[in-house]
Order: sequence, then structure tokens, then C-alpha cells
Amino acid sequence: MMPLAFAPEGSLVRIIDIMAGRGLTRRLIEMGLVPGSVIKVVKTMGPGPIVIEVKGTRLALGHGVSMKILVELVEGRI
Amino acid sequence: MSHCDTWIPKARRKKEKEAKIRVALAGNPNVGKSVIFNELTGGRAWVGNWPGKTVEKKVGVSEVDGLELEIVDLPGTYSLTAYSIDELIARNYIVDEKPDTVVNVVNATALERNLYLTIQLLELGSNLIVALNMMDLAEKEGIKINVRKMSQILGVPVIPTVAIKHVGLDELKETIVKIAGKKPKTRKIVDYGKTVEREIEKLSRMARELGLGEKYDCRWLAIKLLEKDSEIEQKLLLINNGCRLVEAAKSSRIMLARELGMDIEEYMVEKRYLRIKEIIEACIEKGASPEVSLSDLVDYAVTHRVFGIPVMLTILYMLFQFAFTVAIPLMDLMDLLFNTYLYDLITGSQLPSLLKSFLADGIVAGIGSILVFLPNIVLLFLALSFLEDVGYMARAAFVIDRLMHKLGLTGKSIIPLIIGFGCNVPAVMATRPIEDEDDRKVTALVVPLMSCSARLPVYLLFAGAFFPAYQGFIVTSMYLLGLFLAIGVALIFRKLVFRGPTSAFIMELPPYMIPLAKNIKLKTWERTKRFLFKAGTVILVGMLLVWLLSVTGPQGFLGSKALEDATLLEKSWVGILGHLFEGVFKPLGWDWRAAVALLFGFIAKEIVVGTTAILYGATEENLKTVLNSVFTPLTAYAYMAFVLTYVPCLATLAAIKSELGWKYMLLALVYELALAYFLALGIIFIGKFIGFR
Repeated sequence: MMPLAFAPEGSLVRIIDIMAGRGLTRRLIEMGLVPGSVIKVVKTMGPGPIVIEVKGTRLALGHGVSMKILVELVEGRI
Repeated sequence: MSHCDTWIPKARRKKEKEAKIRVALAGNPNVGKSVIFNELTGGRAWVGNWPGKTVEKKVGVSEVDGLELEIVDLPGTYSLTAYSIDELIARNYIVDEKPDTVVNVVNATALERNLYLTIQLLELGSNLIVALNMMDLAEKEGIKINVRKMSQILGVPVIPTVAIKHVGLDELKETIVKIAGKKPKTRKIVDYGKTVEREIEKLSRMARELGLGEKYDCRWLAIKLLEKDSEIEQKLLLINNGCRLVEAAKSSRIMLARELGMDIEEYMVEKRYLRIKEIIEACIEKGASPEVSLSDLVDYAVTHRVFGIPVMLTILYMLFQFAFTVAIPLMDLMDLLFNTYLYDLITGSQLPSLLKSFLADGIVAGIGSILVFLPNIVLLFLALSFLEDVGYMARAAFVIDRLMHKLGLTGKSIIPLIIGFGCNVPAVMATRPIEDEDDRKVTALVVPLMSCSARLPVYLLFAGAFFPAYQGFIVTSMYLLGLFLAIGVALIFRKLVFRGPTSAFIMELPPYMIPLAKNIKLKTWERTKRFLFKAGTVILVGMLLVWLLSVTGPQGFLGSKALEDATLLEKSWVGILGHLFEGVFKPLGWDWRAAVALLFGFIAKEIVVGTTAILYGATEENLKTVLNSVFTPLTAYAYMAFVLTYVPCLATLAAIKSELGWKYMLLALVYELALAYFLALGIIFIGKFIGFR
């Protein structure tokens, strides 16, 4: 288990939990980041923002946000 | 605050009372909603604000068989939760205004994401039509959608469209008319499972008993209450016995959390997405074939970890080069037309001298000073609209986010700051899409530190006069100084004044698109129009005021000669004000004339050049020599830095006032004046210490 910010480029990860306030958590799950679902890490900027593919669209998430999302690796290597 | 009514022509206002069909357009961002809006209205639209909010409200009209359609473009949202202003506006418009039809524009290539909003719109009980847009792209990707089946499952008309090619829009219009005013049936689009449905049933029955069925869809109300929607709760607490319903929902929530063993909100979102999956499985005959798209290839370079920022700087450099280079001949033409041809025409006429001066020095010079910059601004808007429609702006925000994060802002703030290099007025207006209020305020407050094009003539004059060998370097140093000041001020504001938590950066990166010329044209025109209204009126009024203060003094009317004669101008109100400030500027080594030029620069900074020429009794040609006798290189550099910083022009202040209110306008004014003064003082102090004069 790790923050999404550390997930390697090109990997598939499963969302375990979102450790954010109510508003942000709600926004993220409504964007399709529901715990249990699998998303693809399209691009990482080192320690920084990240691009993921979820529900058929690409989302850019800031560093702060991607640190609050806990994921586990499904496919790909660290 | 400009309300949309002021933009409606009289004839249209009269029609307002007659029967018409009210249509609301809803949809995610980047689905072609604005293209559909433009196609339906044919550009017959106006922009205002939602009452009490700074979010843009676009309204347009269209006609079908003699029936008038009034189309409201709701803000693009992914959902209808009450967490952002945009979502609240969209939701409240549908609940309170009850439009006759709601058209939900859906991106056919991203159904899984888009149908989430569709489901919420259905639950809200709106009279819905789904416009399945971008069907051509879906086909290209190999996606086959059974439209009839989809319509059956959703229980509403589904119309395939390709908005940019005007495909399906006539059918859309006809369907709008056909279903308008029909009462939507209450649908149960998502089954939330036995236990939750039981509570929904219980709560909606209660809501009906309280007489809420008139205004709300009771099932929707029950769902929102289970999701702990604070806006709905607050509204209910205001009505008779509403608190009973809120209390009942609270105990339902507690019970369900225990029975389900998970958070109820999360559970309901998950159920919706599961339902979406079912719908998609039933309607999509063939999914997208995965392949590396052109978008991916472009993104590889544009959002590269190392090259992303250099690529961005290159694109921006090209953008400014385009806007400035192409504009130069047009600006010269405007200058010639107003400041030479029209000016001479009036001054050479037989009119009385007071009227002549009023027209030439007040009106023509005022309008001229705005219009000279118009070509530049239009081209800048054009280039920015192009980048926006291509899909690059979202990438720029992503690439710069890491840096902006260090300032306590997010990548979204970069767009207004970039526009600020062209003109601060549209830059302040461009802060609107920033969701976080603190971010938005800080961004708008530091925008004036971005060196706009009006300041360039001042730099060129002084750099040319005092640093002929290093002109380029000195001018560039001003731009960089502005940038560093903006960074410093943003940091300080974030630490001391707006101490809210750093906001979350979440932004969709849409696939790249070839933009539509018509759309770019419309967008550019809309922005230009707004700039002209806002900047135009303010600058004109300011110009007239300064003219009045220059040609009058304690002794009364001085005559229009005051504007050409420094000794006469010294006796005017402006001259007196200049002397008043002379003491303040003494430590900086500037005399009263420099102070007066700064007063004039308050209207628009390029005026400093013309005023300086008048005040020192020089023509623009020998001005450089004259300046050399009153300034030293050091005091001149300090003066340039002061001009960069001291106040945003009148029009920018007006823009800040209308976006953020009086309080923040005063804050911008005061902090910039103080910053400029101490910056200039610091430059002189350090310069003298190093050994400059």
C-alpha cells in the first residue's frame, strides 16, 4: 500500500482509501475514484502532479491530492 | 455587478413576456456544450452573471417554427453535489427555475464518466433530453452505441449529434419543442438495494406529507438527505416541520451505516457507477479499440517531466510574439487615426476652444488610448482561445502545478497570470474558473504585477534615454522583477492574509482537438466586447476627469493651453497635486513633474510617456535629452520600477472591484503603492551604496 503519488508510470493500481476531508473525498469518488476500483497511472512528474485514467477520461491530480489517495499495485513494478 | 438584463436589446425584452420555451444546457466540461450552445443560438447570446455570483451566465435565443427558445448555458460540471459554486448554480437553476427542458450534452467517447451527471439529472426530476455528442469521434474509435436502447433504459429521448458539423441539431431542436412542458415521470433510474430503498421510500413519503412535492422531486430529496447534503438540510430547516425530516434522515443514515458496514455516500456513488456499467454494457455493441493515439504522442512531449516547462515557455513566447508583432502596424494605424488625424481635425476646426480641447484632449485622446491597444488585445485573446480550444491550457496548468504549489496556489492560476502580460483587465476576469476562493483572490491581487503591454512604452523611453547600450537587458529586467514580486507577494498573502489550506488540483485533460474557427471567433469577440465595455468606460471617464483637473485650477478655467504649457499646468489642480506629492518623492530624487506624470499614469500607464513630454516642455524626439538633465540613471531605473508596480490602472482596479469587491480593490491599491515606494527607495539606497549616482 502506498500513496498514489508514488505509483509508477504505466501501472494499474487499486484504490484502497482516500484520506482527505469530506468535500475533497466526495469530489474524488464522484469523479470515479471509488475505493475498490482500478485506475491507470498515465504519467507522473517525479514527486508532483500525476495524470491518471479513470472512467474513460484523463485526470490531472496535484501532488497534495495524490498523496491523500492510498492505493495498491495491481500490475506493474515499482 | 453587471446583470444580464442590461445586455438585452429592447425588442427582445418586450418579447420576454410572451410564451417561450426555456431550455437549460447541462453537461461535463469539454463535451462540446458551448459548440451546441453557439450552433443553437447562432451567436445571438449575451453574457452576464448569475445573481450574486461571479460565475458567468450565458443566455441565448433560438427559434423553431415561430416558437422562441431561451437557452441558458449552465456551468460545466461533473456532478450536482453542492460542493462547488458551479454545481450549486446548475442544480438550483433546475430546481428553482424549472426549465421546460434540460438538454444534457454527453461525450459519446467517455460515457462512463458522462452518464454520472445524466443519472443525477434524472434523479433531480428534470425533463431531460440526452444529446449524444461527438458521435463521429466515437465511431472513429470503433465505439458502436445502440441509441434506441439507451433511450429505452434512460426513459428519455437520446439524440446522436456531431455539433461541430451541425449534425443532429435540428432533430434536437424539434425534440426540445416536442417534450417541452411535459411533466417528467418519476423514474427510479438507480436501484440502491433493498435496505436503502426502504429508507428512501420512508423519507420521500415524509417529504410528500410536508407538501414538498410541489417544488421538489421527493425521491431526489430523500436521496440528497441520505447523502447529507448540507444545502438541502439548511433549506429544510427554514420550513415548517422541516427539521423533523432532517432528523429522520439523520437516524436513517446512522442505521444504514451500521447495516451496510460502509459510508453511505460512498455506497450510493458506487451504486450509480455500477448502474452506469450496466447501461453501457446493454447499449454499447463494441468498445473502443485500444491504441496509442495522437493525443498520447503529443502529451509525451508537452507534459514531459523535464521538457514540459521549456515547451510551455516556447509556446508562450510564440504566442506573445504573434500578438505583438502582428499588432504593431495595426496599433500604429490606430495611433495615426486618433492621435494625429482626428486630433488635428478637431484642433484645426472652428469650434470654441473649450469644446475643442474637451473633444480633442478628453474624448479623442481617451478613446484613442484604449483603441491603440485593441489590436494587441484582440490578437492575444485570439491566440489564447486557440490554445484553450486545442486543449493546451489544461496541460500548461498541469506542467506548472508543482511550481505553483510552492506558492500555495495551483496550476490553474497560471492562465490569468499569462494573460496579465498582455493586459491586466482580462487577466483579472480570467481568474473566474479557479474554484478555491482564496486562490482566486490571491491570483487576482498579484495579476497587476505582471507587466502588461501598456507599461512597455515607459520602459522603452527610459531605457533608451539612460541605458542605450543595455536597453534589451533593462527592459527584460522589468518583466522579471514583476514576476518575482508577484511570487513574493503571493507567498506573503498566502501566509498572512489568506491562510486557508492549499487547495486540491483536480483537472480533466481533454483529448487534443482541432479547434473550430467559428468558436474561436465567437470567444474572442465575446472577450473583446467585455474588455471594451469595462476598460472603455472607466478609462474614458478617468481621462475626462484628468482633463478637467488639468485645464482648471483654483483660479478657475486656465484654458486648453495648460496641457501644452508646463508653467500654466503648474497652476492647475493637477499641478497642485503634483507639488503636494513632491515632498514624498524627494528621497527618490523626482520632482513635481515626475509625480504628475505618475498621477496621469493611473488611468493607463502608457500615458506617462505623453505626459512626461508635455510637462518637461519637450517633443517626443528631444525628450530623451531633456530627461537626462533631470534624472540620473539610478533615479530613472527606480522610476521604471515604480511605474511597474505602483498601481494597477483604473480599468484593472475596476475589474478587481467587480470580481472581488471594494475591500480587495483597496487592498490591491494600498499594497501596490507601498510596495512601489519601498521598492524604488530600496533601489536608490542600494544603488548609491554600490556607487551609482
